[in-house]
Amino acid sequence: MNGAVRTGYVLAILALLAAPIVVVAGVSLNAQQALLFPPPETSLRWYGALFTTSDWLVPLRNSLVIAAASAALAVLVALPLALHVWSRSGWLARALSTLGVAPFMLPPVISALGFLVFWVTIGMYGQMTATIVSHGVFLVTLPVVTLSLGLGAMDPALVEAARTMGATRGQVLRTVILPLLLPYIVSGYAFAFVLSLNEYIIAYMVAGFTVETLPIKIFNSLRYGYTPIMAVVAVLFVALAVAVFGLIGRFGNLPRLLGADRVEER
Amino acid sequence: MSAPSEKPTPGWLAALPAAWLAVFFLVPFAIMLGVSVAHRVPGGFYEPGFELASYARFLTPFFGKILLTSVALSAGAAAICVALAFPFTVILARMGRRAQTLVLVALLAVLSLSEVIIGFSLSTLLSKTAGIGNFFAWLGLIAESRAYTPSFFALMTGLCYLALPYAVLVLYPPVSRLDPELGEAARIMGASPMRAFWTVTVPMLRAPLMGAGILVFVFTLGVYLLPQVLGQPAHWTLSVHITDQAIFQSNLPFAAAMAVLLLIVSLALVGLTLLLGRDRAGAA
Repeated sequence: MNGAVRTGYVLAILALLAAPIVVVAGVSLNAQQALLFPPPETSLRWYGALFTTSDWLVPLRNSLVIAAASAALAVLVALPLALHVWSRSGWLARALSTLGVAPFMLPPVISALGFLVFWVTIGMYGQMTATIVSHGVFLVTLPVVTLSLGLGAMDPALVEAARTMGATRGQVLRTVILPLLLPYIVSGYAFAFVLSLNEYIIAYMVAGFTVETLPIKIFNSLRYGYTPIMAVVAVLFVALAVAVFGLIGRFGNLPRLLGADRVEER
Repeated sequence: MSAPSEKPTPGWLAALPAAWLAVFFLVPFAIMLGVSVAHRVPGGFYEPGFELASYARFLTPFFGKILLTSVALSAGAAAICVALAFPFTVILARMGRRAQTLVLVALLAVLSLSEVIIGFSLSTLLSKTAGIGNFFAWLGLIAESRAYTPSFFALMTGLCYLALPYAVLVLYPPVSRLDPELGEAARIMGASPMRAFWTVTVPMLRAPLMGAGILVFVFTLGVYLLPQVLGQPAHWTLSVHITDQAIFQSNLPFAAAMAVLLLIVSLALVGLTLLLGRDRAGAA
């Protein structure tokens, strides 16, 4: 394969992935309530409509609250878990690392049904807390993975040095380990936040009829016909994901975070 | 004297995540297992009991068709995605860091998109008024714009759209760890680039390729919305029926039994991938 063919192949695949998003972005600019591409007249009215009609404002707020809270919960559980697995071996460490990765590896519909029967059993079915906790458990894998990578990349000599200088366990944790882990905490939170915003099946099974999130709202409205507001939401979700992952890529090492060992600086 | 502070966190702190995940992850699965053998109360919920009635329904033609549909769709998507993703990943892993980061940002952005949004976007792309039908008509390929959805083709496109970034990211670590000098050595010895690719790169990555295929298969088994948005009722998969039985037919025991089956199949397949990975690590 020569250079041009290679670049061409990568660009072709990327173009295929971009095609639906480009069409949806065009559709979101329709001046009329119609999904035409290219739009005959363009306007930004549907972007305004998303933030002014309560029909869409309530799901928007639900989604943001759930994503912010469940990502925080996921990080709070992942942090002690990753620290324990990093510094110890034994059955508990192995069990914890399996438990940390499992929720995300299984088809989500299984966890969704598990959560449904769980919340029904304890009588919290349909509450927003149930959605937040379920998302927090489902997404715990993401901060677990980023934090484990961060701990693996840390120079043990730094911890050693702090200890030799007489720092207590708490001081080492607060002044050495946590500051070094901060980028990985932030990226773990960001991954979980974006995925919670987009998650449908668990949110739907746990509280779909009472706590509407944006994906649930879109799917429910699909039955009554398409409106450009759905395209607006799609565009905003893509923009947010690009912004979040772009920031991680700009300030962190995305190839390393995703498991590449050798990447040439070029 | 430094002995008590060897570890960064005290041992009891592990009890927090352990208890949290046990209560909110393992207990739900245990309850689900219990529900799958419970007695269904028609029109209501279920009452505790032990019967295998829900599992017996696996033997009906109705269920056989669902299973066949799910397996065929996921296997097709896995084959297509790995075939497309493998050359893509090999090229990607040899790019400079900046270019790699840009491509990875694009892949992560698509991967994180909700199935709802992908379904909506693709059904717009394949629609009559805003989609490729317009484009083909404009090119003169077809006389008049038409819709390409819902159809089997639309659904397969959707599955591949969803799973392709996933396949690339699963293949990315093993491919990027592959020593580029091996391919170069083959070329210095006179092998053409294509020959070097097929005789050196592919055989070395046989296990990760199979692993990626299995993981994409499991990943697409969980697809729930695309069959409803892009496919016809005949294309409904196991995941769609689990939700349908749980929410709309109020048959929680049957839904739970199907979920247990899906769980066992997924666990077995993921376990198989781990074994494949271990063999490779042992051989290396």
